[in-house]
Amino acid sequence: MENKIIIAGFGGQGVQALGKFISYASIHDGKEVTFLPSYGPEMRGGTSNCSVVVSDAPVASPIIAHPDMLIAMNKPSLHKFEGIVKPGGTIIVNSSLIEDKVERTDVKVLYVDANRLAIEAGNARTANIVVLGAYTKLSGVFTPEIMKAVIEHQFAKKPQVIPANFAAFDLGYNL
Amino acid sequence: MAVVFEKTKMLTDTPFHYCPGCTHGIAHRLVAECLEELGAEGNCVGVAPVGCAVFAYNYFNCDMQEASHGRAPAVATGIKRVCPDKLVFSYQGDGDLASIGMAEIVHAAMRGEKITVIFINNTIYGMTGGQMAPTTLIGEKATTCIYGRDAEKNGNPVKMSEMLATLTGPAYIERVALFDAAHVRAAKKAIKKAFTYQKEQKGFTFIEVLSACPTNWGMSPEQAIDFVKTKMQDFYPLGIYKDVEAKN
Amino acid sequence: MKKLMKGNEAIAEAAIRGGCRAFFGYPITPQNEIPEYMSWRLFEVGGTFVQAESEVASINMIYGACGAGARAMTSSSSPGISLMQEGISYICCAEIPCVLVNMVRGGPGLGGIQPAQGDYFQACKGGGHGDYHMIVFGPQGVQECVDLMYNAFDLAEKYRIPVMMLGDGMLGQIMEPVELPEMKDLSALPKKEWATDGTGVGTGRRIVNSLLIEPDRLEAHIKHLEEKYAEIAKNETLYEEYMTDDAEIVLTAYGTVARIAKSAVRMLREKGIKAGLLRPITLYPFPQDAFLRTAQKDGVKKFICLELSSGQMIEDVKLSTHMLKPVEFYGRNGGNVMTPEDIVAFVTKEA
Repeated sequence: MENKIIIAGFGGQGVQALGKFISYASIHDGKEVTFLPSYGPEMRGGTSNCSVVVSDAPVASPIIAHPDMLIAMNKPSLHKFEGIVKPGGTIIVNSSLIEDKVERTDVKVLYVDANRLAIEAGNARTANIVVLGAYTKLSGVFTPEIMKAVIEHQFAKKPQVIPANFAAFDLGYNL
Repeated sequence: MAVVFEKTKMLTDTPFHYCPGCTHGIAHRLVAECLEELGAEGNCVGVAPVGCAVFAYNYFNCDMQEASHGRAPAVATGIKRVCPDKLVFSYQGDGDLASIGMAEIVHAAMRGEKITVIFINNTIYGMTGGQMAPTTLIGEKATTCIYGRDAEKNGNPVKMSEMLATLTGPAYIERVALFDAAHVRAAKKAIKKAFTYQKEQKGFTFIEVLSACPTNWGMSPEQAIDFVKTKMQDFYPLGIYKDVEAKN
Repeated sequence: MKKLMKGNEAIAEAAIRGGCRAFFGYPITPQNEIPEYMSWRLFEVGGTFVQAESEVASINMIYGACGAGARAMTSSSSPGISLMQEGISYICCAEIPCVLVNMVRGGPGLGGIQPAQGDYFQACKGGGHGDYHMIVFGPQGVQECVDLMYNAFDLAEKYRIPVMMLGDGMLGQIMEPVELPEMKDLSALPKKEWATDGTGVGTGRRIVNSLLIEPDRLEAHIKHLEEKYAEIAKNETLYEEYMTDDAEIVLTAYGTVARIAKSAVRMLREKGIKAGLLRPITLYPFPQDAFLRTAQKDGVKKFICLELSSGQMIEDVKLSTHMLKPVEFYGRNGGNVMTPEDIVAFVTKEA
């Protein structure tokens, strides 16, 4: 198993955090992982992306030419990366911010109204966790129990936000 | 036979390489005597510069490091930070300290590194043969300003003691001279005070020593001494510029 | 359970566990996590940290601290390392053991801040004036950074030489699972008789110096350094061979590029092309014997050198292989990074 993911969006949308959640889950699960963030001035309010490779064996290249999965949190990201997704791969589209449809027909597409669902979950800042739920379901790489354990662990210092994040995760997972 | 004078233990027996009439030798001896009197034997590290005092590591009877040009305060910072209970000093000339090493001296002073810097100001590059220094006086001749330093063409000289005294980090700054016995004694007192402050962890300490360079000034030793006493002292007044212990 | 750590932070923690007790540095992207981590962590272990006024000052603080016997390090990225070259030359001549990290970014000049490998010549061929070398590692990932860094001070002190970690922006920023070693017991280390710790007097006093003004003394010292480098080459050369047994096309790359090349090797094998990878881990000393041995194999048709530069390591590959087989080059530059697919396309076009 090797799962190559590109996650992209605006700075502040929790793009890097989403990548890190998947990376932490890999460690919890005894898997190998590389998390490669974009860095530099583009982090500050511009576009932000990261490449995550999850594997059963040690990861060779952390650089991804053709991801198995693209998570596009905003419109520029969808347009930038849509073309490189592996045929038969998956694109998760944050339809709250992206009205465009995926043009390719050789990939699976899931539209997630992440920002609305986040509000429904009780915390507008959990849109990335809604998407994490959708990713968990679609990829089948991790069990929801492991992801929830990671959420609990990462928010250990702010336990009051855990219920909303769990709710957001479930809304994404059960789409 | 009664012993009436002994050379300080903090100098080695290596003969100085300095020119006749140069006051580096006196400055070395004063530093060494102060170190001995403060019990620094086996308890201090010195840093030699690039310039005429480049061989200072052969003269001081203690562990020594030879720094690259201008970097002695950075080297001394490194030593002091890992040997905080040792007396650490740098010994630098005006080209080394006030030109190429300006950033290092200012920042060591700003940080208040607990080191002692002995700054030999003789207004000239000695080792390289008499070029203009950052401290060369207006009108003073050097091989790179043969008609005398001109502020328009060559820029102005810098007063290091005054400048560093504006900072918070230094605990003690004094400018001294070596042109007669009384001033040599006063210089020793200043150097000892600086090392004492370092020992007491008070902060950065700096002694500027107005020094003579008859060879590169093209003067006899007597004329050189007179130049320090008159022209140099005129522009670089002696005195204490910073003393954290001074009563108002 | 392994810990997920960013390359820069893992390097910093591994250095501390390997005995680092002082850090002197100046901010520059993309290595800022190292000084940031050191600035709080060192004080927890009784160490010291100075944010210096410049890289020039940083390297001279290293000179002072390591010359006094401490385990100290600095880190920077390309333009900052250029500023340190004078100090590194002095340190090598004075034989001061220390550890340096260069998270290389695109150059020349201010260049860019994205990953590059354009500092290979500077690191391996003596970037400053005079005849000298450092031990240079090109780690491929976070765990290898940790493992090499953990023993870097021991190695530096064994030979009284600087050890440089030559990474790149990617290596500093990437997060991977790592296992961290135990804190080293520094009380067990041998005393450094040469270090100016302040206790020396008379015949027992120590001088840390790089000035040898008499030609015969300087020549003898350089001869001594040459012998030291030969000894290091004999004992410390490291490399990895990946699927080279039956390889016809031998890719060669170091650092993160080598990992990208590994993926390319797998993809080429799936296409029926017998590719392999010969990866130097020490860039100085360069694994000359391994390259010559590989070049002498009948089955090996050619080498392809992969670098994020205009071609620097390729000179060592050519020299080491005695040009017995052709050596081709594929590189990216300016902060752009090749993908495994790029490498496969280059190889299949050429094959």
